[in-house]
Amino acid sequence: MSEKKLYSYTALFNTPDEIIHATEKVSEKGYKNYDVNTPYPVHGLDGAMKLPPSKLGYIALVLGLSGIMAGLLMTYWMSAVDYPINIGGKPVFSFPAYIPIIFEITVLFASVGTVLAMLLFFFKLPNNSHPLHGTNYMKAVSSDKYGISISADDKLFIEEEVINLFKELGSTEIHPVYYDEVEVNYKNKIFEPNFIMFLVVAFILTSGATYVTLNKLMYMVPFDWMSNQEKVIPQSKSMFYSDGFGMRTPVEGTIARGHIPYPYKGNPEAASAMPNPLLPSKENMKIGQQKYDTYCSPCHGFHAEGDSRLRGQFPNPPSLHSEKVRNWTDGRIFHVITEGQNIMPAYNTQLTNDEKWAVILHLRALQRSLNAKETDLQ
Amino acid sequence: MSSSLTNFGYQGKELPVKVRNIGLALFLIGLVLAVFGYFVEPVRSMFNNIILLTFIVSIGLGSLFFVALEYVSGAIWSVPFRRVMEFFAALLLIVPFIALPLLFNLHDIFHWTHPEVMKTDKLLAGKAPYLNEEFFIVRFLVFAALWILFYFAITLTSKKQDITKETKLTRRNIKISAVFIPVFALTVSFTAIDWLMTLEPHWFSTIYGVYYFSGTVLAALAAGTYAIVNLNEKGYLLKGLDKDHYYSLGALLFAFINFWAYIAFSQFLLIWYANLPEETIWFLQRWNGSWKYISILLIIVQFVVPYFGLLSQPSKKDGKKLKFFALWILAAHYIDLYWLAMPTFSKEGFVLGWIELAYPILAVGIVVLVFSLKSKKNNFVAIGDPKLKRGIEFKL
Repeated sequence: MSEKKLYSYTALFNTPDEIIHATEKVSEKGYKNYDVNTPYPVHGLDGAMKLPPSKLGYIALVLGLSGIMAGLLMTYWMSAVDYPINIGGKPVFSFPAYIPIIFEITVLFASVGTVLAMLLFFFKLPNNSHPLHGTNYMKAVSSDKYGISISADDKLFIEEEVINLFKELGSTEIHPVYYDEVEVNYKNKIFEPNFIMFLVVAFILTSGATYVTLNKLMYMVPFDWMSNQEKVIPQSKSMFYSDGFGMRTPVEGTIARGHIPYPYKGNPEAASAMPNPLLPSKENMKIGQQKYDTYCSPCHGFHAEGDSRLRGQFPNPPSLHSEKVRNWTDGRIFHVITEGQNIMPAYNTQLTNDEKWAVILHLRALQRSLNAKETDLQ
Repeated sequence: MSSSLTNFGYQGKELPVKVRNIGLALFLIGLVLAVFGYFVEPVRSMFNNIILLTFIVSIGLGSLFFVALEYVSGAIWSVPFRRVMEFFAALLLIVPFIALPLLFNLHDIFHWTHPEVMKTDKLLAGKAPYLNEEFFIVRFLVFAALWILFYFAITLTSKKQDITKETKLTRRNIKISAVFIPVFALTVSFTAIDWLMTLEPHWFSTIYGVYYFSGTVLAALAAGTYAIVNLNEKGYLLKGLDKDHYYSLGALLFAFINFWAYIAFSQFLLIWYANLPEETIWFLQRWNGSWKYISILLIIVQFVVPYFGLLSQPSKKDGKKLKFFALWILAAHYIDLYWLAMPTFSKEGFVLGWIELAYPILAVGIVVLVFSLKSKKNNFVAIGDPKLKRGIEFKL
């Protein structure tokens, strides 16, 4: 018992009015280091204790503002930088849509952060050895009594005076509270090396476990059964078919809907007989120009003079104004577009048949602009 | 029994005649200008009249709601100045008179009052069972009658208690208030829809009623806060009303500033996101020409400035600041109503002439005049209320 020291003197009262009166008197006497314990928050106690306004509000403000900034940065980075998606034609960073998110993050930061700050810095938790714990005083004020406890640390603390004051105030029960010095800490536990070590270990454990689960465990038997199923996946290997391909080639002779196979494969002479089914109307010319500019002009040039825009990365093709090309029939040119020629690749997949004919119309117009017929000049 | 003990030392001071005279002067100036305005520009005057009507309904109905809320929730802190809110609720008595010129000019204001339009326009034809003049007028009269009925039911019981000091009168008022609150919810929504939303009969927003409700409570709270702080500082109320009461008023004001912004933004966000032409047109109109500046102004005036002004705890306990922001919010609510109603009248940009200034003067005149007349024969404090003692001793 020699280690037990006096922590405080406590007094119990029966009504909230009595405790407020008692608190006012205690605070009038000049005691600073005392506390009041009640079963529920008693209105007006702050004023009676002459407590200064709490600083917690400023912490909430700072946390709230950082929540706003974090929310703004997060929504901006996600939607405008990392993964921009067009949603309903709206700008990639559409501020009104992110206000609810920013609002929620602000509330989250401010509320959780404030509670944590309150527990860690103001209540100095974790702390499981407060001297008042387990005393009859604490049991009483947790159910139906109102108590005041003047700490022995107080500068004005003199045992007899405190007892007399409590008696004057009409307290029914006055008791001293003793404590074991070893068990009590007055410091911020959160700054103790042991506690920081505990946080670090907890951090490593949780993040490590998360990493192992998501990056390793998910790919181990039997956790990968869900992702590895015996089914055919497009463009991947499959042991089901003898050729090892997951995708099947169509049966020979089948053609896709709306697609007519080119009948003159490798036969330019026969293709020459094909007439151009399109009239040189304004619409057709326009389509022709558009497609020519997109697919042909990079090598042949906008005016079909073989003036490539590719700056020698690709050999320049000859001019399309040559007599040879001018004398070709439309069908012959169609054949070249469809099958390609020499170094020129086939454009069968890029252009539909009608578009090819329209390109030829445009090409004819280009040719006529350099080699006009006499009738054109009249 | 000495009267000072039973009445908590209530002095029974009356408002100086000066207040009533100021109210009367403003009322007359506003009335003359408004009548003159009606002969110069009748349609424009009528649109201003709608703003005036909804503004007065806001303060009157919102105050009655506040009184009913106190009864229903059993609130204690607001008992010492509940009577002030009851005085403001008296504004409901003159609502029919403000609506009278409008009822004679429905054709100039509301597009849907023209039968030929209602027949040819397919969208409006579907709304014809609700949007027709007869039903509109009946609705308004029923609403006004309900408001006045509940006003008398609640305030007369409260007044009777000053003399009899019976607890059962509080219990009776709790029952009346419990009936009034759903009535309030419906009438305030339909008032907003009838007088403001149907200005654009094609457009609709399901949150509109709540939007007006938020402004209603805000305006009533602001008017009440200004009067309560002023009266308390000059000693018309009981001694002992202090920072804790001020803080509660300020916190409610602050809460409803946020509530208004929340509702206003909810309405905007859904319409902006869905991007449907029949819905966005309402906001596009309020972004057209110089209306853009009013829209931006509204956000700043009704949310940003009072939000930061009343954010900190000391500012809610400061009588001076409370009075300033109460008046500020009243002005903001007037701008809000202007923003709701006027774009239908002038589509190109906002108009601000002497007619737009006459009506706020008239509004202030009406409020001051009604308040001073009402307070003349009544106590400023509900001295018979059984909760009064606890109300004065209220601590946070």
